[in-house]
Amino acid sequence: MINKIVNLGDSALYCDFGQEVNKEINSKVIKYFNSVRKSNIEGVTNVTPSYNKLIISFNLSITNFKKIKKEIEILNIDYENKITNKEIQIPVCCENSFSLDIERLEKKLNLNREQILEKFFNKKYFCYMTGFIAGMPFLGDLDENMRADRLETPRVKVPKGSIGLTEQFTNIYTFESPGGWNIIGNTPLNVFDSFNENEPNLINPGDTVIFKEITSSEYKKYHD
Amino acid sequence: MINSYFELIRSGINTTYQDKGRENLYHIGIPYSGAMDNRNFLIANKLVNNNLNAPVLEFAYQGPHLKYRGDKISIAITGDVIFKIIKNGLENVGNCYESYQIESGDEIDIISTNKSTYGYLAIGGKIDIKYQWKSCSINTKAKIGSNNGKKLESNQTIKLLNLNSNKDKKKIDYINSKVENIRVIKGTNFNYFSDEGIKNFFEKKFTVSKLSDRMGMRLQGNKIDNILNTNIKSEGLIKGVIQVPPDGNPIIMLSDHGTIGGYPKIGIVASVDYDRLVQITPGSKIKFTEIQLTDAETLFKLYEMDTDNLLSQI
Repeated sequence: MINKIVNLGDSALYCDFGQEVNKEINSKVIKYFNSVRKSNIEGVTNVTPSYNKLIISFNLSITNFKKIKKEIEILNIDYENKITNKEIQIPVCCENSFSLDIERLEKKLNLNREQILEKFFNKKYFCYMTGFIAGMPFLGDLDENMRADRLETPRVKVPKGSIGLTEQFTNIYTFESPGGWNIIGNTPLNVFDSFNENEPNLINPGDTVIFKEITSSEYKKYHD
Repeated sequence: MINSYFELIRSGINTTYQDKGRENLYHIGIPYSGAMDNRNFLIANKLVNNNLNAPVLEFAYQGPHLKYRGDKISIAITGDVIFKIIKNGLENVGNCYESYQIESGDEIDIISTNKSTYGYLAIGGKIDIKYQWKSCSINTKAKIGSNNGKKLESNQTIKLLNLNSNKDKKKIDYINSKVENIRVIKGTNFNYFSDEGIKNFFEKKFTVSKLSDRMGMRLQGNKIDNILNTNIKSEGLIKGVIQVPPDGNPIIMLSDHGTIGGYPKIGIVASVDYDRLVQITPGSKIKFTEIQLTDAETLFKLYEMDTDNLLSQI
């Protein structure tokens, strides 16, 4: 259930599912997201799920907050319906030229390089949401002793394909962009494909991601 | 197949193809994009008999200098724009909100957007460009849209697939009004800020930073003090959201914004003021006033009626 619905400006609804970040709350958000999209409510122009919120944008020329709120309150949500999810393997190279923040992580986490990589690769991650820039997946959760803060000063340019860590989350930079996450490695895979309009994202909310370590020569082969 | 095209002698600083933008893609990280100033975009298209959602050239600060080759065509420029039309070596100062007939060899030199940020050039015909998710709008950050998602560059050409047959002169009397007072609806994290911070937010003026672009408008001059938490769990953003990062300087999300953000939201710009907001230039002042939801809804309806009224006069 939605805890609270308020307006976000004059052309969006802000649906609050709670303060915590966990799979259960996020699964509810995704179920609502799917139901809202399926229901084709007149005037809805965007539905944005995140860890524990759902934002529903609408066209103020043809509808308004009151009308959409009413539609959402009476919406039928199929809680039993399982979210279809895939398991996706992402090759990651962690050699020196790619693991830009490994030394920072070693200090912050009080673990050595091998321990960090072992913990990182020996886990399945859940995709909570995608966005910020096109296709970027927000994955979790990292082990308790793998959680580091963002960089004090964010990088102006994080290379495309970088794998970042911050708090309980890990992500993949789908484009070169500014960013403050701790970079542990880089994937040669194209995680976002704008020419595949029906399914541009390799990873979608609800999917499971497994990272697989590769060497730099294997990395190069992807680009051949 | 027709053989009419524009040659870009100079591309300008930030020239892109834009239409209304794309919907229903926030969840994969793709914002609306589209023309920043919707009213000026619509008027430009109407002046040259285009479909209202046809692609136009949007430019900022210094616009493009174009040379035309082909059959007679009509063009129109909207905004607060200084430009010249050059025919047989003779320069004529052009007027915004008025269509012009252009012949082979003529040049259009868009010198500046004067005291505004964005201007529009509509071309009476169909431009040969690619669409992604039903929109030509260029989002340079995610490399999406026509022209491979990149700004237009000098020496490239703008090819036309067909030209509109009706090339009658059209004009309206309209002044691109400038405001510094922007109406804002309280944000979902309003209570994260100190009483003094909120007082400063609504009573003092901010200066628009030079770092502003199609993604966001950065403001300086009054730091907004956060008393609860400088981060929230990342969540969706919309156009017009005003986020306050830990340094206390607000950032307003504009049409190419990131779709997810983790800074507290102090307010959201009312839709009625969005077209005017984006036209405020770096270095200018901006002031916020609080508005209630129902008033914002009513004022937006009136603004739309006014836009429709302008379009019906063309």
